Amino acid sequence: MSVLRPLDKLPSLNTATILLVGTEDALLQQLADSMLKEDCASELKVHLAKSLPLPSSVNRPRIDLIVFVVNLHSKYSLQNTEESLRHVDASFFLGKVCFLATGAGRESHCSIHRHTVVKLAHTYQSPLLYCDLEVEGFRATMAQRLVRMLQICAGHVPGVSALNLLSLLRSSEGPSLEDL
Amino acid sequence: MDSYDVPESTPSASSRPEDYFVGATPLQKRLESIRKQTSFIPTPPRRKVPQCSQLQEDVDPQKVAFLLHKQWTLYSLTPLYKFSYSNLKEYSRLLNAFIVAEKQKGLAVEVGEDFNIKVIFSTLLGMKGTQRDPEAFLVQGLILSPRLECSGTILAYCNLCLLGSSDPSTLAFQVAGTTGACHHTRILSKSQLPSENREGKVLWTGWFCCIFGDSLLETVSEDFTCLPLFLANGAESNTAIIGTWFQKTFDCYFSPLTINAFNLSWMAAMWTACKVDHYVATTEFLWSVPCSPQSLDISYAIHPEDAKALWDSIHKTPGEVTQEEVDLFMDCLYSHFHRHFKIHLSATRLVRVSTSVASAHTDGKIKILCHKYLIGVLAYLTELAVFQIE
Repeated sequence: MSVLRPLDKLPSLNTATILLVGTEDALLQQLADSMLKEDCASELKVHLAKSLPLPSSVNRPRIDLIVFVVNLHSKYSLQNTEESLRHVDASFFLGKVCFLATGAGRESHCSIHRHTVVKLAHTYQSPLLYCDLEVEGFRATMAQRLVRMLQICAGHVPGVSALNLLSLLRSSEGPSLEDL
Repeated sequence: MDSYDVPESTPSASSRPEDYFVGATPLQKRLESIRKQTSFIPTPPRRKVPQCSQLQEDVDPQKVAFLLHKQWTLYSLTPLYKFSYSNLKEYSRLLNAFIVAEKQKGLAVEVGEDFNIKVIFSTLLGMKGTQRDPEAFLVQGLILSPRLECSGTILAYCNLCLLGSSDPSTLAFQVAGTTGACHHTRILSKSQLPSENREGKVLWTGWFCCIFGDSLLETVSEDFTCLPLFLANGAESNTAIIGTWFQKTFDCYFSPLTINAFNLSWMAAMWTACKVDHYVATTEFLWSVPCSPQSLDISYAIHPEDAKALWDSIHKTPGEVTQEEVDLFMDCLYSHFHRHFKIHLSATRLVRVSTSVASAHTDGKIKILCHKYLIGVLAYLTELAVFQIE
């Protein structure tokens, strides 16, 4: 099965699983460690992948949130993300996918324009978060944020669903995005 | 590149109370739009290929020949306040005085090379994109005539400036009375061995220009002169001293202009697109791979005719370059490299691009080789400088 579907497996009790997809192994590993350090009522599972499709031989739980990490310093990571997006089912994009752009702090190293990533996130109707994953403090804050988002996407927060969260996040974006 | 601010607040300007009190100058409209953060500007997907442009009509190529083949360090400069082209001699005098005072303080002393500089301001005619652009001007630091070796007396050639008086003819009389100053000069004159042939040689050059700077010009009021691009060649300490003088006199601010990889790839595409009669240099790219313990550099050299052939096969509309074409050009180079070496160049950082037209380094160093496209290269750099100021 090469396409990831959100509801093809049954959820396990009190478990939330996040999948981080990106080319920068070291950054993903550090982000995963920060997330696991967060204290959270549900049991967290973090899966890391360089690209999709995931190998089907492994037995893995249902994935609740996919985060695509794009490094603004390398065009390769953007191309990799675009390739991987093809292997994700459309129903995932109802709040269970999120884009994370890293490296925006060092402007002189950027080889992708910020606008490209914004357009990508807009095309897939998913939120775009910015974080410099190399800085410890920002990474910890982002990890906290992702853990909260993951809990909502896994359904562990009563009264808020992934789709709710998506519409909340969308209304804070400026009106000028409509002319993109 | 977010460099053009859309002047969108004009119809709504009248409804805000501030505008009844003060006339809504363009500067205030810009401030409003920045505060509202509605100035989200999409990348202009197309840019004009630098044409063999107006420079040749205005100015003799020989006069600007000294600008070519030199390594310039780029800075962006905010608009100068109350600068006037008629006072250039006055500015030369003041800057000379300032430099001598700084050197006397002993703060910016280079070991072994303490030449005294005399600074000359002059305008560079023809270095402009449109008629609205202000004239470019040039500051050159020439080596002063050497002090003659003599045992005791101080001669008229020494240029110790005491407290702002900069007229050389009166100095000789003032200096003789101060023993401390005499001592200083004697030490200096010992290090100045036969340098008669060096007199008048240009030691430091800096020039200010503005090419197609319309977006900045419209928002700035009358007292300011907009010359956002500053290029310097010469010792860093001299640049620092002269920069400090400009900052104090004209209330402006210099900041070093770095060029990121995105802009370097645009430059590579635009310069490859230029038609050059004979190629003086191969097209070369340099990438830096961030790996520990020390970074690896990858250099990729292409024969310029092959690069031009590749560009011609990609390029569709004549005279315009689009973002897709630039990306495709770079992707072709990356995939060719990957096929042979299995290395993904797109995961590394582009550091240097050099073609027959010009060469640019990410730290803000540039060397222009072809006078035909001088204006075109400068226009792009002005755009980057304006973007950095804004």
